[in-house]
Amino acid sequence: MTNILVYALHHEGAVNKNALGAISAAAKAAGELGGEAHALFVGEDVADDVAGSVGSYGATKVFRAKAPAGLAQPIVDALDAVLSQGDYGYVLFGGGLLGFEAGAAIAARRGGGIGVEITGIRVEGGELVAERPILGDTQISDITFRGLGVIASRLNAFEPVQSGSPVAVEDIDVTLSDASAKVEIVTRGEQRGADVNIEDAQVLVTGGRGLGSAENFSVAEDLASAFGGTAAVAATRAAVDAGWFPYAGQIGQTGKTVAPKLYLGLGVSGAIQHKVGMQSADNIVAINKDGNAPIFEFADLGVVGDLHAIAPALAEAIKAKKG
Amino acid sequence: MTKIVVLVKEVPDAAVQKQVDTSTGLLDRSGEKTLNPFDTHAIEAALQLKESGALPVDEVVAVTVGPDSAVKALQKAVSLGADRSVHLTDPGLAASDVVATGYALAEIVKRENPDLVLAGQQSDDGQSYAVGAVVAEHLGWPALTQVIKLEADGTTLTCERQAEYGYDTVKVQLPAVISVGDAINEPRYPSLKAIMGAKKKPLESLSLADAGIDASKVGEEGRKAVWQAAKEPPAKAPGEIIEDEDTAQTVEKIVTWLDDRKLI
Ligand SMILES: Cc1cc2nc3c(=O)[nH]c(=O)nc-3n(C[C@H](O)[C@H](O)[C@H](O)COP(=O)(O)OP(=O)(O)OC[C@H]3O[C@@H](n4cnc5c(N)ncnc54)[C@H](O)[C@@H]3O)c2cc1C
Repeated sequence: MTNILVYALHHEGAVNKNALGAISAAAKAAGELGGEAHALFVGEDVADDVAGSVGSYGATKVFRAKAPAGLAQPIVDALDAVLSQGDYGYVLFGGGLLGFEAGAAIAARRGGGIGVEITGIRVEGGELVAERPILGDTQISDITFRGLGVIASRLNAFEPVQSGSPVAVEDIDVTLSDASAKVEIVTRGEQRGADVNIEDAQVLVTGGRGLGSAENFSVAEDLASAFGGTAAVAATRAAVDAGWFPYAGQIGQTGKTVAPKLYLGLGVSGAIQHKVGMQSADNIVAINKDGNAPIFEFADLGVVGDLHAIAPALAEAIKAKKG
Repeated sequence: MTKIVVLVKEVPDAAVQKQVDTSTGLLDRSGEKTLNPFDTHAIEAALQLKESGALPVDEVVAVTVGPDSAVKALQKAVSLGADRSVHLTDPGLAASDVVATGYALAEIVKRENPDLVLAGQQSDDGQSYAVGAVVAEHLGWPALTQVIKLEADGTTLTCERQAEYGYDTVKVQLPAVISVGDAINEPRYPSLKAIMGAKKKPLESLSLADAGIDASKVGEEGRKAVWQAAKEPPAKAPGEIIEDEDTAQTVEKIVTWLDDRKLI
């Protein structure tokens, strides 16, 4: 019997969609392995109904450890406590940042291996095979594990699927390690900048580091307003971290997932962590002066050139066309 | 006094077409190499902590695990400001996974016994974002990745980073392992003098035996994540590419393309 333990990322009373997806995928795979999927919550005040709700996505047991949320070290200690008590072959994380950190550490602690950016899992010959896209997603490698297999999946790799019903929550005792005592979360999930809405827009003009400055976001604004009504401006993490655009408008791994009719990237390189948040757009257009930029690998229309020349002219031409 | 170890890696140059050996699933590491660009931010962060006096840094040591050619990456790290470097190199390390590599790095860090270990946010080739967490686990130290603001006050670091729900601020007690994001700073360029002088700075080269590393925990034998042969994903129809030569024409083509798809 091989069980799979899933870390259930949550914040402000809601379980993360990627964690629900991971639980669903684990439930399916565990079934094929002849085992069960279990979930672990780590937090100071996780409500019974919130934790128990993941039973509806296929978890047959739910554990809850009382420790600070949002930090890898206590998660590792809690995972370690659960893994010590049961027969687990794998640990699965939905897309996110803590999964990389806690996943790598638990693999090291328990002598296992880790695969990151996993986009799919399947059971073959009685073991889990993890699918890992590499080289700008031009190849997919299969990863298998000796000892504990830790799988940190890519954002949106797994869809939540309802099966089963809520389960009772078991509290577990965790002895925090020295490392856990040496980290303290002061603020979590701070929203920097205005609250912009990018999820409902049909057209998203996205500004990247190539825009060059906060002021130059006006180029993106002008282009978006040329499209009219349902268009909005979004940004990459590079632009947000630079303070050029609000965090609420960021697309990607640690930002929003969007699926507009049209995504138009200005000076966006198309890094994997950005791509995972926008690859479902119906039409992807990129303007980038570097012909080797990864975004040209998946753009439907790629324009190799200087955005400062092209974008303003394009805004004018669209306005003229619309009359 | 404070000692900082910066973990660095040699990666294929960005201009080199990267390839996978489809029979082994391992990355083909031939071709031109360079210092992982993300690591230059970690070196810069170390120098800024030193120069600002935020920490009483007396030494910055660059450490790498890699083949003979990785000496060049270490020289680049030293030309950027590291005081000396340590190179763990051994045929037994080939095919190590990220957990095995992190274990080997941790053993070197133990020998150096620093107060702070800095790393880049990811390697340009492997992209696991995980090595810092593995190193920290072996040392029993706290770790934090993707840090874009780092302030030191005595032995407490106040770190900011973007995580799943927005920006987090985390206090970390030294000794610790911190991976820095690429938004933390703008790395300096090395001076010509520093480039010329890099070869004269101390470089220690160690084998697994020299470093007392358990060979069964690294390489082919030690890896617990086994990469199988790579395959190609379902092909997506390639997009259209316009090279901008005449902007008026380019714009016309874009408008037509958008109009054909009823996007205007
Ligand atoms: C764990 C993790 C999580 C992350 N989460 C996210 C996330 O949520 N969202 C996200 O976006 N990123 C995320 N990243 C960062 C990601 O890896 C990239 O660093 C980031 O997406 C790069 O943003 P960019 O494309 O704006 O910048 P760059 O990669 O620097 O690209 C800028 C581009 O602009 C082009 N350019 C420059 N000047 C011009 C010009 N005048 N005209 C035309 N083109 C020009 C350049 O050729 C270049 O391709 C994450 C990384 C990690 C490791």
